[in-house]
Amino acid sequence: MTTTLPAYDDVVARYEPVIGLETHVELGTNTKMFCGCPTDFGGEPNTRVCPVCLGLPGSLPVANKAAIEATIRIGLALNCSIAEWCRFARKNYFYPDMPKNFQISQYDEPLCVDGYLDVEVNGETVRIGIERVHLEEDTGKTLHVGGATGRIHGATESLVDYNRAGIPLVEIVTRPIPGTAALAPEVARAYVTELRDVIRSLGVSDVRMEEGSLRCDVNTSLNRPGEEWGTRTETKNVNSLRSVERAVRSEMLRQASVLDAGGRITQETRHFHEDTGDTTPGRSKETATDYRYFPEPDLVPLAPDVAWVTELKAALPELPRLHRRRLQREWGLSDLDMQSVLNAGAVELIEATVAAGATPAAARKWWLGELSRRANEAGIELADVGATPSQVAELQGLVDAGKLNDKLARVVLEGVVAGEGSPTEIMANRNLEVVSDTGALTAAVDEAIAANPDVADKVRSGKVAAAGALVGAVMKTTRGQADAKTVRELILERLGVKG
Amino acid sequence: MTDLTRMTASELAGLVAAGDASAVEVTQAHLDRIAAVDGRINAFLHVDTDGALAAARAVDERRAAGDGLGPLAGVPVAVKDVLTTRGVPTTVGSRILEGWRPPYDATIVERLRAAGTVMLGKTNMDEFAMGSSTEYSAYGPTRNPWDTDRIPGGSGGGSAAALAAYEAPLSIGSDTGGSIRQPGAVTGTVGAKPTYGGTSRYGLVAFSSSLDTPGPCARTVLDAALLHQVIGGHDPRDSTSIPAPVPDVVAAARLGASGDLTGVKLGVVKEFTGEGAEPGVTAAFREAVDTLTKLGAEIVEVSCPHFRYALPAYYLIAPSECSSNLARFDGVRFGLRVGDDGNRSLEEVMSLTREAGFGPEVKRRIMIGTYALSSGYYDAYYGQAQKVRTLITRDFTAAFTQVDALISPTTPFVAFPLGARTSDPYQMYLADLYTIPTNLYGGPGISVPCGLSEGLPVGLQVMAPTMADDRMYRVAAALESAVGTFTPPAL
Amino acid sequence: MAAISREEVAHLARLSRLAVTEEELDTFAGQLDVILQSVAQVGEVAAADIPPTSHSVPLTNVLREDVVVPGLTPQEALSGAPDAEEQRFRVPRILDEDVAS
Ligand SMILES: [Zn+2]
Repeated sequence: MTTTLPAYDDVVARYEPVIGLETHVELGTNTKMFCGCPTDFGGEPNTRVCPVCLGLPGSLPVANKAAIEATIRIGLALNCSIAEWCRFARKNYFYPDMPKNFQISQYDEPLCVDGYLDVEVNGETVRIGIERVHLEEDTGKTLHVGGATGRIHGATESLVDYNRAGIPLVEIVTRPIPGTAALAPEVARAYVTELRDVIRSLGVSDVRMEEGSLRCDVNTSLNRPGEEWGTRTETKNVNSLRSVERAVRSEMLRQASVLDAGGRITQETRHFHEDTGDTTPGRSKETATDYRYFPEPDLVPLAPDVAWVTELKAALPELPRLHRRRLQREWGLSDLDMQSVLNAGAVELIEATVAAGATPAAARKWWLGELSRRANEAGIELADVGATPSQVAELQGLVDAGKLNDKLARVVLEGVVAGEGSPTEIMANRNLEVVSDTGALTAAVDEAIAANPDVADKVRSGKVAAAGALVGAVMKTTRGQADAKTVRELILERLGVKG
Repeated sequence: MTDLTRMTASELAGLVAAGDASAVEVTQAHLDRIAAVDGRINAFLHVDTDGALAAARAVDERRAAGDGLGPLAGVPVAVKDVLTTRGVPTTVGSRILEGWRPPYDATIVERLRAAGTVMLGKTNMDEFAMGSSTEYSAYGPTRNPWDTDRIPGGSGGGSAAALAAYEAPLSIGSDTGGSIRQPGAVTGTVGAKPTYGGTSRYGLVAFSSSLDTPGPCARTVLDAALLHQVIGGHDPRDSTSIPAPVPDVVAAARLGASGDLTGVKLGVVKEFTGEGAEPGVTAAFREAVDTLTKLGAEIVEVSCPHFRYALPAYYLIAPSECSSNLARFDGVRFGLRVGDDGNRSLEEVMSLTREAGFGPEVKRRIMIGTYALSSGYYDAYYGQAQKVRTLITRDFTAAFTQVDALISPTTPFVAFPLGARTSDPYQMYLADLYTIPTNLYGGPGISVPCGLSEGLPVGLQVMAPTMADDRMYRVAAALESAVGTFTPPAL
Repeated sequence: MAAISREEVAHLARLSRLAVTEEELDTFAGQLDVILQSVAQVGEVAAADIPPTSHSVPLTNVLREDVVVPGLTPQEALSGAPDAEEQRFRVPRILDEDVAS
């Protein structure tokens, strides 16, 4: 289908989007959800399995306490109520990567319900409602053989590895998010980013989208202003923060073009393609399977008592948003300044640089200035620019000690980024230290006075500002390695003028 | 020397402990008996001759070394083929698991081994424990030693028939709706269903997870109690296992054997007397009630109004859970695979495998369960059945405020001829009419022989409150002391 | 009136992954009808305000510590497999790509 897509601005002028997100997070527990098999990555196929996670006849699940606690902590961090009593349920469908042909999940009794997560988009706070947070088990991995590029279509057979089967998986579902208009794609991205930061701060998962420990499905619908919400589609396979934004945008454009042509949106699952940035249809929801959920008889109910939940709540770390607020206060930044720090992705870097001994102002200057410029030029993340917070703090220490001036410090930083070593090493190796030997400096000053008698006279006659030209001359002969302020003081002293 | 196969487990354990018979001799005697009669009974699906003799030798060596022996050391046990046994074939009576050798032992099997019992082999059963006659085994029916043209009950017909045919002094069964008690009743043996959660289900191939309960079968109440004590108790691998010690069932059986039930109040379940049962069964039961009165028990009639809905509730709950539990038999990780010609899709191969691997009763229950769990029917069927389950539990709780235990016939009819009920599945279901309420409630129940009807055994069921398994053993042992044990005609 | 039709039985068989024969469909349709009519008796009980029982044991929060326990070797894991390749379970080609997780 090669219809021309409408312009985004036109779309948001004529339609209102409603989005929703379902996120799966693989927990970083030592063992699987219902058995004692390890969860570490990279093992040979079928080396992390036992009768339980292979679904062998007779085996029974026992729930992992650490996974339950991690889920409750996620729920608490997302301002959810924790169920006083809830059960696991079986979700029944046949698929070879699921050893029992049912998944142990939660259905109408999730562990955590009714929360929210505040995210910031363009300086505005958007409150995203969280409908539920529940716990389930992951599936194994299927390798498709015989077709092109390992895809299922055209494959002649498939090979299954159950190492990942049974890893605890937390599903976080938002309420529908209306009213974001043109910002819908950015809100979606901001939500997933914030959610990732929250979960990372809890230390319960490494939340890496590229490794699949954080996965996202995006629901999108459009309606004309004043009308009911439209039919939604569910876009799967969204595997990076950038893709979250692109997937929403792409689906808004596609749906608008269908609606513009007088068509109807089909309730269906769609797949996002990283390469083209568009979505293609999968199974239609109208023929969706009946999962025949029922309470898991092999697991008794969970009933987290108040004392347990209170204990978990008390042990929550400072959450990213509050943490950022505290940093803003400590660093004395305006909202606008803090926003630019956030936009640059520099919060953690500055925080670490301050922790390594730099002042907040100096740390911010380096990361938002020179280093951001380099990152932008190279088209990379600031964190990957090649300098570490401790190196930046060390560099600033040299400046503060008068060993480097601003200009020299930039040269040293260049060396750091190029991987030449620590700032101190580079300063020594490249002989960049500020000239502080007063004898040598006095000689250079006298030389400059002798070479510029007219300027010297002006200064002597009280035109102190003219000394600048002499400072420049000294700096030139010392190749910038002198401290300009010291040079100026010395010139005035030699000319008998009070500074 | 006396025939070792005619002795009780406690007698055999005593002989082995005293050195009057070796465990190998005891085991060999039973292996010989199996070789002699099992061609006519078909109680065993697999006889583990080498494993049994090796286990027996180990017991003899331990005794020779002066190591202490457990109360059942050296006693042979037959294990229903529903429990996984490491390296020993486990079929659950189904073609779909033909040839499967599990890589792990069920907890109960581990405990049997640790106790020094000798596993003779695996016994026949209705496929996946679904049935009341063992005719639904994929490996041919087991025959009742009392009359080989009749059924031995089910699903644990093999475990019961092995006892009645003197092929084993002890066996393990599993009871989802009566599969230990009803075979016990129709073979004149003792079968006990412990409190749900009192015996581990780890390694018990699931039929209906919320009802399945493994338990002991024996020819005497005391032997059943001794076996119960060995296999019972908390198992951290089973989330539904009760973290409490096993009630002292052995002491209770010994107490009951004194024949004194003074101070014990028993309730006859009103709904389970009268219509439904064969006259001979009713007569034998009435006589047993008189005997219990003579032993000092106070008998009252108790009404449990929701018990009449137990059978329909059960035939919704059990098939629902079974439809999910049996989904894993798909020819991917273990067992049979049919139709994989390199051309057919996985879905086709799965469907052909399950079609070929499951028998008709299993298919019926899978489909009933799939239906009952479907979104449009869930509330009316599965959901409603679970509410009925609550009401049945309340009936029990109310009854146990009035009496110490409830009694009824175990099953409405004596062993029926092979083939008599296979064409009408619902007629077969009626065999479990009196045993099912206990499973829905989760409490313990025992069947003990109480008499004969037209030359065939009749069982009396004692039902006790949850975790009061000792009570039913006391009552059963008292009755046994009065009426004695029942010996089938020679094979 | 029949509680269940032959077509519904065919649908249940497909959902249950049972490649039943035409003859079986005829037999099962009749038998399931008898069974369903009979079990429908549960509907006679007034139970609107009765809580359902899913578990008969009064236990909650049965949890295990997050400690690794030795499992099976790949040889043991694959010992019962009808077909295996590259230390994985081999299955015929899969038709339905789109199964939810
Ligand atoms: Zn495992």
